[in-house]
Amino acid sequence: MRKQADLLFQIVSLATLIVALGALGALVYDIFHDGASRLSWSFLSNIASRNAAEAGVYHALMGSIWVIALTGALALPTGVGAAIYLEEYGSRSRIARFIELNISNLAAVPSIIYGLLGLGLFVRLMGMGQSVIAGAATLALLALPVVILSTREALRTVPNSIREGSYALGATKWQTIWNQVLPMALPGVLTGLILALSRAIGETAPLITIGALTYIPFAPDSIWSKFTVLPIQVFNWVSRPQADFKANAAAGILVLLALLLSMNAVAIVVRDRSQRRGRA
Amino acid sequence: MTGGTKTVPASLSGIASRPGQPAAALDMPVKIAVNALNFYYGDKRALDGINIQIRANLVTAFIGPSGCGKSTFLRTLNRMNDIIPATRVEGTVQIDGQSIYESKVDVVQLRRKVGMVFQKSNPFPKSIFENVAYGLRINGLTKSKAEMAERVEESLRQAAIWDEVKDRLDESALALSGGQQQRLCIARALAIRPEILLMDEPASALDPIATQRIEELIYELKKSYTIVIVTHNMQQAARVSDFTAFFWLGRLIEFDRTDRMFTAPGEKLTEDYVTGRCG
Repeated sequence: MRKQADLLFQIVSLATLIVALGALGALVYDIFHDGASRLSWSFLSNIASRNAAEAGVYHALMGSIWVIALTGALALPTGVGAAIYLEEYGSRSRIARFIELNISNLAAVPSIIYGLLGLGLFVRLMGMGQSVIAGAATLALLALPVVILSTREALRTVPNSIREGSYALGATKWQTIWNQVLPMALPGVLTGLILALSRAIGETAPLITIGALTYIPFAPDSIWSKFTVLPIQVFNWVSRPQADFKANAAAGILVLLALLLSMNAVAIVVRDRSQRRGRA
Repeated sequence: MTGGTKTVPASLSGIASRPGQPAAALDMPVKIAVNALNFYYGDKRALDGINIQIRANLVTAFIGPSGCGKSTFLRTLNRMNDIIPATRVEGTVQIDGQSIYESKVDVVQLRRKVGMVFQKSNPFPKSIFENVAYGLRINGLTKSKAEMAERVEESLRQAAIWDEVKDRLDESALALSGGQQQRLCIARALAIRPEILLMDEPASALDPIATQRIEELIYELKKSYTIVIVTHNMQQAARVSDFTAFFWLGRLIEFDRTDRMFTAPGEKLTEDYVTGRCG
C-alpha cells in the first residue's frame, strides 16, 4: 500500500511538472509562431507607425534599455548599502527586526502601488516630470526589497572566519567588508539584482502610472526625456483592432525575451568568473 | 608551592622536554603584563582574576582542558573579543607598559602589533600573493609594487613556505594543503611585522609531519617575535615552549618554566592534569 502511494506521488509530481513546463512551452511556441516572421533588422530599427508592416520597436527598445540600465544603477548601490548596514552594522534590537520583517512585505506589494508612489514623489514632488529617470527611480524602489534580501543572504554565506582573519591583520570594519566580504558575496548579490531587474523589465502598470507614453515619436536622449518601454508598446499593439498588429505584438514580446535572456547571460558570466577566481 | 624536592612520577618522565635552557636565557623583559583580569560573556564569567607576565622573545604556552578559557584569554590580548557582542573586560592588560583597554587605544594599531593565527586556517579566497599582501595593503605599509613583492617574499620565507609556492604565487590559496594553508596564514600574519604572535592551536588540524614543521617554525620565529601558543596537546607544549600557563575553569592555576611545570609542578591540580589523571 505504501509503495503504491509512493509511486502515485512520483507520478503526480511528474505530471504537475509536465503541466507547468507544457504551459510555458506552449506559450513560447505560440509567440514564436505568431511573431517570428515579423522579426527582422527593420523591425528593430523602425519606429511606431499606423501601418503594421512598417511599425517597429526602436523607440520602445531604447526606452526599455535606458530605464533598466538606470534602474540597475540606482537599485544596486542603494540595495547593497542597505543590506550591508543591516547585516554588518545593524544591532539585534527590536527596531532592526521590525525593519527586517517589513522588507519582505515590501517585496510583495503590487507594482501599481509603486507607480502611485512614483507619481506623487518623483514626478510631482521632486519635479522629475514624466521622464526616464522618474520611471527608473520608481522601478528601483520596486527592485529594492529583492536586492536587499538577496544581498543579506549572500553576506550571511561569507564565513565569520574570513572576517576574523581580516580584523586580526588590523583591518577596519569597512576595509573588511569592501575587500573580503563583498567580493565573496558578489555572486549572490548579482543573482538578486538580475532577479529584480528581470521583474522590472516587464512592468507595465507603474510606468503607465508615472506617465510613460503609449505613443512616442522619439527615442530617449537624456534621463529627462519622455519615453515608452517594450511592454507598453506590446500592450499598445495588442489593443489595436487590425489583425496585422498581432504579429507585431508577438515579435515585440520576443524582443523583450531576448533582452531578458541577454541580461541573465551577462549575470551568469560575471557570477561564474567571480566564483572561479576564488576557487582552486 | 609545596617545598622540598619531589620524585618525578614515572608518567611525567615520558613527556619529552628540550634540555632545560640556562635560567639566564629565560630572563627576558616582560612584554605583556596582565593584572586581575576578569572576562564576561554577558553575565557569565569566563576568566577569573588572571595575573600573568609574558616575556619577550620566548614561547609561552597556555594549556588546559576544553572550555577552560585559554582561547578566550588569548583573544583578550589583541582585543579580538571586541567583535563579539555583550562581552566585558575588567582588570588591565598592558603591552610594553601601555594598557590596551583604554578608550583612546587604536584597536587597528594594536592588531598590527599583535598578530594572530587561528586554529582552523582561514586563507582568503584569493591568490597566495594577495593573501600575504592584504595586510600590507590595508595598512598602507609599502610604497611600491617592488617593495610589496619583497615583503611578501620575506614573509613567505619566514614561514618556511617560499620554496613551495614561489612559482605559483598567483594561484588560489585554497589549492594548498592544510599544512601549507596554515603556514600561509602565518606568513600573512608576519607580513605586517608584528611584535607578538598569538597562535590558537595552530597545529591541531594538521598531520604529524605538518605539525613538526610548524613547531620547528615556532622555534625559529621566537628569535624575532614574542609567541603565545594555545595548545591542548601537552607534549607539544613541552616540546615547544619556554614557559607554560595552566588554566582550569577560567582560572590560572599555575605558571612556570616549562621544564619545571612538567617535571615538578607545584599545584596538585597541575600534576593531575599533566599526568592525565583529570581533564
